[in-house]
Amino acid sequence: MSNDRIVGKSVPRLEGRDKVTGASRYVDDMELPGMLYGATVRSRIARGKIKSINFYPAVNWDEFVVVSAKDIPGKNCIALIGEDQPCLAQELINHPEEPILLLAHPDRNLLAKAVEAVSIEYDLLPPIFTIEDSEKLSEIIWGTDNIFKSYLIEKGDVESAFKNADYIVEAEYTTGAQEQLYIENNGMIASFDPQQGITVWGSLQCPYYVHKALMELCGLPEDRVRVVQMETGGAFGGKEEYPSMLAAHATLLAIESGKPVKIVYDRMEDMAATTKRHPSRTRHRTAVSKEGKILGGEIEFTIDGGAYKTLSPVVLSRGALHAGGPYYWPSVRVRAKAVATNAPPHGAFRGFGAPQSLFAMERHMDFIAQTLGISPIEIRRQNFLKPGQTTTTEQVVQEKIDLGKLLDRALELADYRTKKETFAQQNLSANRKKGIGIAAFLHGAGFTGSGERYLNSLVGVETCPDGTVRVLVSSTEFGQGTKTVLCQIAAEALGVRYEDVGIAQPDTQKVPDSGPTVASRTIMVVGKLVHSAALAILETLRSTGLLGEVYSPEEFRAACRKHVAQHGAFRSLARYQQAADISWDEENYRGAAYAAFAWAVYVAEVTVDLTSYSVTVDDFVCLQEVGRVLHPVLAAGQIIGGVAQGIGFALYEKVIWDKGRMKNGQMTNYIMPTSADIPPIRVFFEELGNVHGAFGAKGIGELPMDGPAPAIVNAITDALGISFNSIPLLPEDIFEALTASGSHETMPALADSKQ
Amino acid sequence: MTDLSQTAAKSDITLVVNGKTVTVRAFAMERLLDVLRIQIGLTGTKEGCGEGECGSCSVLLDGVLVNSCLIPVLQAAGSHITTIEGLATDKRLHALQQAFLDFGGAQCGICTPGMILAAVHLLNKIPQPTSADIREGLSGNLCRCTGYMQIFEAVADAARRGA
Repeated sequence: MSNDRIVGKSVPRLEGRDKVTGASRYVDDMELPGMLYGATVRSRIARGKIKSINFYPAVNWDEFVVVSAKDIPGKNCIALIGEDQPCLAQELINHPEEPILLLAHPDRNLLAKAVEAVSIEYDLLPPIFTIEDSEKLSEIIWGTDNIFKSYLIEKGDVESAFKNADYIVEAEYTTGAQEQLYIENNGMIASFDPQQGITVWGSLQCPYYVHKALMELCGLPEDRVRVVQMETGGAFGGKEEYPSMLAAHATLLAIESGKPVKIVYDRMEDMAATTKRHPSRTRHRTAVSKEGKILGGEIEFTIDGGAYKTLSPVVLSRGALHAGGPYYWPSVRVRAKAVATNAPPHGAFRGFGAPQSLFAMERHMDFIAQTLGISPIEIRRQNFLKPGQTTTTEQVVQEKIDLGKLLDRALELADYRTKKETFAQQNLSANRKKGIGIAAFLHGAGFTGSGERYLNSLVGVETCPDGTVRVLVSSTEFGQGTKTVLCQIAAEALGVRYEDVGIAQPDTQKVPDSGPTVASRTIMVVGKLVHSAALAILETLRSTGLLGEVYSPEEFRAACRKHVAQHGAFRSLARYQQAADISWDEENYRGAAYAAFAWAVYVAEVTVDLTSYSVTVDDFVCLQEVGRVLHPVLAAGQIIGGVAQGIGFALYEKVIWDKGRMKNGQMTNYIMPTSADIPPIRVFFEELGNVHGAFGAKGIGELPMDGPAPAIVNAITDALGISFNSIPLLPEDIFEALTASGSHETMPALADSKQ
Repeated sequence: MTDLSQTAAKSDITLVVNGKTVTVRAFAMERLLDVLRIQIGLTGTKEGCGEGECGSCSVLLDGVLVNSCLIPVLQAAGSHITTIEGLATDKRLHALQQAFLDFGGAQCGICTPGMILAAVHLLNKIPQPTSADIREGLSGNLCRCTGYMQIFEAVADAARRGA
C-alpha cells in the first residue's frame, strides 16, 4: 500500500481546471433544441385575494405559453417539511413575491414586457411585517397563532438561580435579513416526455429535495422524475429549498408546452423573491455571581419565518441549540419560536440560525463583563464548557476540548493584550478610534438530534472497467470542495492515487440519496460512509484473491480491472448507522444534539472613523478546532470565505424592506464586501480529531459564519464605549448612537483586560 | 435584456475574439456578453448582475478590462477581445490560471473567469503589484466564496513567476 497520505494534503481541486478555463457548464450555459424561456408573474401586494387577472392586448399572447395554478397535475405545493407553500397562488396572496402565473416564449427578450402586461386586481387584506406585530395576533396569517414552530429547552432550576444571583443582566439583540448573494443566480431547465417523465437540470444543493417536490407536484412515481445538478455557482444555503420552486415552475411550463423550458432569474428577481437569512430577536436574562459565574438564565429566541413554513422549524432548532454558546449553564430555559410575517419565506443560509443566536450570546457575554466590571476574557474563561460538563440540552461534552487554551492561543496570535492597552491610550485623543473584540463559539456538525437517522443516507463506490473507482453520492459541489475531499477519502481508504478516483455528477437516476448538502455534514457524515463503502470494495478484491494484503496503486488498479472483466462493475453501498452514544429526545429537546461540535475563538480589530462613522476591520484572527483538516487549502478557503460573509452580515448587508418587498435588490445598493474591504484574515487550526467523522474530520462550512459579527461588534463597542446590539451596524447607526449618547466626545473604553 | 427588435435592424459586426476574426449578425445595442455567450458560444464569460457591479462578465477589450454586460456589441466592432477561453495555450494553463488552482483562488468558479481576466489586466499594467495594488486592482470583481485572500496569494504568486 502506498505510504503517501492523500488525506491532509492539498491535492488539486477535482473540477478546478474546468473552472479556471471557463469550461465548466452552469445551467445558463446549457441550451436544448427548441427550448423556451420562462418567466414568473408575481404578486405585488403583501396580503390579499386575487380578484381578476387581465392580459393587456399590447402583447401577442398567442405566442406565449401561460400556466396558472389550475394547470398543476398533482398537489399545488412545494413539498418540504410542510405542504403550506403553493407552487402558484390560486387565490390567497401571502407575500409580495408570490408566483401567480408562468409565461414562456422562444425569445427571452420578450418576457419582461409580457410580465408587465399582466394586470392583477386584488381584494387587500391587512398584512404583518414584524415579529412584534406577528406576536400581537392582530391578524392571524398562519395557523391559529402565527407560529410555525416553537421549542422549549429546560435544564436545572432557573428560578433559584435568579434568587441567588448577585447580578441579573438583561438585554435584547437583533439581526437582520441577509441575502446569500451567490454570484450565479438561481436557474433551472426542465424537459418533459410522456413516457420518460420529467428531467430537470439546475443550480442546486439538494437533488433529492427537488425530486420529492416534483413527485408531489406532478403526481409521478420516483422513477419518472430525474434531477441533475449542473455546476453550481455558489449556494450558501440559498439553493437548498428554492430550487424546488424553480424546478416546479420550469416543469409546469415544459409539460404545458411540450418543449424544454429554461428559467434563469436576473439578479433583482433572485434577491427579492428567493430566501434570505431569517431576521432574529434574542432576549437574554442572565443570573450571574459577582465573580462572573453564570448561575442560570432565560433565553428567548425568535425568528421571522416569512409567509410559509419552509425550513424555519429546522433553522429555529439550530439557533436554539446554539443559543447558550460554548458555556456551562447550571440552569437555563431557552424558548424559541418561528413566527409568520407577510414577507417571502426566509430560509437556509450558512450557519442556519446559529449566527443569529450566537451573535446575541457573544454580545451578551461582553455586556455581562461590562456590568460586572470584569474583562471580556475573564467572563468567558469562567464559564467555558469543560469535558464532562453538559450543554443546555444536557449533552455531555465528550471531546477533550480546552477552550481556555484555545482562547489563550487566539489572544496571543492577535496580540490582544498589547493592542487593548495601546488602543485605550490612543483613543483618548484620536478621531479614529480603535477597538478589539473576541467571540468564542461552537458549531454542531451534521443534522440536529435524530435528523441523521431520519435521513438514512446511502452512498456508493463502484469499480470501473479501467480499474479506477467512482464515488456515487447526491452530495453536491458548489465551491466547498465536496468532490475533491470525497475522492481524497476514497483514495486514502483504498490506498490508491487521488487520480484513480472519480465521482459521478449528482443525478437522481444514477446516484443514491446521500442526503442534502447542508449542515456541515458532507465530509463528516457522508465522508465516513464513502470510507466504509470504499473499504468494502477492498474486502471484495481481497476475498476473491485478486489483491493481496500489501499492494501498490498499480496492483489495485489491475485487480479492479480484472474484477470488472470477470464479474462486471461492482457497486458497494454504505448506509448511515447512528453511533450508540448519540441519543436524542425530540419531545423534551434533550440529549446529544450533535455528533460533534467544532470550537472556535475569533478576534477582530477595528477602526471607527469619527468623521465618516465608517468601520474598517484591520485584522482578523480565526482559531478553530475542527477535527482533522483533510485538505488545508480548501479548509482555509472555507474559513476565510465564511469570515468575509460574516463581515458583510455585521457591517454592510442591509435588506431594506418596503411592505414585505426587498427594495434594494441589486448589487449596486445591497453591499457585500469587496477585495478592498477585507482585512488580513489569519486562519489557524487545532486538530483534536473526531471519532464520528471520516479520518477524524468534523464539519467546517458553517462555523466561520458564527463568530465574525459578534467579534466585530464587540470591537466597535470596545472602541467607542457604547453598546451596539443590532446588526447590520451601518455608519448611520453609529452616528445616531453617538448623537443619542449625548456627545461625540471620547467615551471611556470597556473594562480593561485585567485577568 | 431589452427588446431591441422594434428600434433597430441587425447588421454584420466583425470582432476579433481570442485571436480569431468572427462576424456576427446582431443588433447594434445587443450586449457584448450575449453575443459572446449565445452567438459565438463562449460561455466562459458569466453574467452575475447585469449592471456592471459584479465583474463576472469581465473581458479584455483591446487590452482594457470591461464589463461585457455594459458594452453594446457595436462598440466592440473591429476590436480584439480576450475571454477566459483565450488564455490557455495548447492545453497549457496561463500562469494565473495555474496559480488560482494551486492557491485555492477558485471555489464555485462563477466569478473565476472574470476575476482571472481582471488579474491579467492588473499584471499587464503593474507586473509587480503590491498587496494594495492587488486589492485595488480586483475590487471591481466580486467573489462571495473565497473572501479573496487566496485569490490575492494566487495573483502574487503569478506575479513572482512573471505571468
